[in-house]
Amino acid sequence: MKILVCVTSVPDTTTKITFTGNNTKFNKAGVQFITGPYDDYALARAVELKEKLGASVTVFNVGEADAEPVIRKCLAIGADDAIRVNAEPIDAYFVAEQIAAVAKETPYDLILMGRESIDYNGGQVHGIVGEMLGIPSISPVMRLDVEGTTAKMTREIEGGKEDIEAQLPLVLGCQEPIAEWKIPNMRGIMTARTKPLKIIQPAGQDSLTAVANYEMPAPRGAVKMIPADEAETLIKLLRTEAKVI
Amino acid sequence: MSVLIFAELDEGKLKKSSQEAIFYGSKVAGMMGTSATAVVIGAADQSELATAGRFGATKVLHATDAKLNEPNGMAYASVVAAAAQQEGAKVVVLAKSSLGDAMAARLAGKLKAGLAPNVIELPDLSSGFRVKTSIYTGKAFAFNELKADVKILAIKKNTIATEETDATATVENFAPSLNDADFALRVTNTEKATGDVLLPEADLVVSAGRGMKGPENWGIVEDLAKALHAATACSKPVSDLDWRPHHEHVGQTGIKVSPNLYIAAGISGAIQHLAGVNSSKVIVVINKDPDAPFFKSADYGIVGDVFEVLPKLTKAVQAL
Repeated sequence: MKILVCVTSVPDTTTKITFTGNNTKFNKAGVQFITGPYDDYALARAVELKEKLGASVTVFNVGEADAEPVIRKCLAIGADDAIRVNAEPIDAYFVAEQIAAVAKETPYDLILMGRESIDYNGGQVHGIVGEMLGIPSISPVMRLDVEGTTAKMTREIEGGKEDIEAQLPLVLGCQEPIAEWKIPNMRGIMTARTKPLKIIQPAGQDSLTAVANYEMPAPRGAVKMIPADEAETLIKLLRTEAKVI
Repeated sequence: MSVLIFAELDEGKLKKSSQEAIFYGSKVAGMMGTSATAVVIGAADQSELATAGRFGATKVLHATDAKLNEPNGMAYASVVAAAAQQEGAKVVVLAKSSLGDAMAARLAGKLKAGLAPNVIELPDLSSGFRVKTSIYTGKAFAFNELKADVKILAIKKNTIATEETDATATVENFAPSLNDADFALRVTNTEKATGDVLLPEADLVVSAGRGMKGPENWGIVEDLAKALHAATACSKPVSDLDWRPHHEHVGQTGIKVSPNLYIAAGISGAIQHLAGVNSSKVIVVINKDPDAPFFKSADYGIVGDVFEVLPKLTKAVQAL
């Protein structure tokens, strides 16, 4: 079985987001970049499947050289090799095009990624890749087992979940609790240094969207504190002042 | 070249988020000097479909093939793509939801469309097509320029205030040919909470965290939610501990909500939790720790014991 795991390099979840250049550029200064948390779940499950069933796991990233620490960490966690498309991930369509190009050349049984990246929260790439390759896409997947050529999955839906079966190949957007995040061990970190990382040039240049500028949300007003022994006042205020109930 | 809106049904009724999408789509149609057409898939009464007119749609295309009775993102995307072609639509609008997300991406692939997710305002058409979206899980906004010929807008729930008129929409049957490949998934089991207010659609949310000390204490959270007709939610540690189901977990890696009122009881307010709730209109925080960071992001706060405060609030709501 061949598994492709697509990962994003994104600002750590605790990052205070700021912009520079008159709100036209994300301010990378002092920002710690991490593997997308959802992508990390996808990778962890891929490595588990490899250990259980035997599989090759290739990490895939569209990004510039500064994404390499994230890629090396994925290799340290247990992926076998990696591909980096040397380009800024401009938009979902562009990224999907890169994944589809690689998957057309080397067919994969499973293309896994997070349900969404935590920067643009688009959650589009898996669906567009599925469409480009003419195969099903499913998201958000919270359980994945493979028996022969059948994948058995659980997908979260509004207010519940459903169990799904489908034939490989598939594109899946993953989320917890599909697997526990893995932390690389020393041996993994050592071997990751010599695992192959192929750098390729982008196929196609189709970006269909562009960010013109950014804006920060208006700060919330000061909090109005209510003494605990007058808690019922809150309900009155929610009705008469905030007018939400 | 009308604006096309996909409107989602829940048990035969148009979902509130889809009414918002219809209203949004009709406003865009107005800006573009054209009309708004809604596509509805699955069984529903004609009279219910005609209510799309109240939110601005002039026409409803209704696809009723029995194969479409169960929601299916891939097949539904194909139906909407066929409708877009028939209507010559250059703008497709839908509400963000489990189904809407699955459809939007497949549609973008089919139509080679520029897709804006998490749209929170009407577009600016003064030069090109620019639309404001929520990014970094609500920590910032981006103004997206959609450059493709076809544009898809996925509207974030509860960010568009609808207005209603007495108009009704005409309903036309729509029966595009279906593609077998779109039915490749076999759903073997579905578990869905019934009777409760669904969290992603809820106007009011009562959420609780580890401060509740254990799943057996959730009764007082549910009582307040019931009194308010609110949905219940929880923080990540609570769902990790299996005190509550995962579909109730709000936060950076859970459900993102934007209700009118979010009440957080016994949640300290880690930045990852705030990311999932910070676009709520009004936030109430109840915590016994006066230094809980959540108070800084709240509109109303009570420093106190949740086990005393929540029942008091429930009583006050019941007395309204």
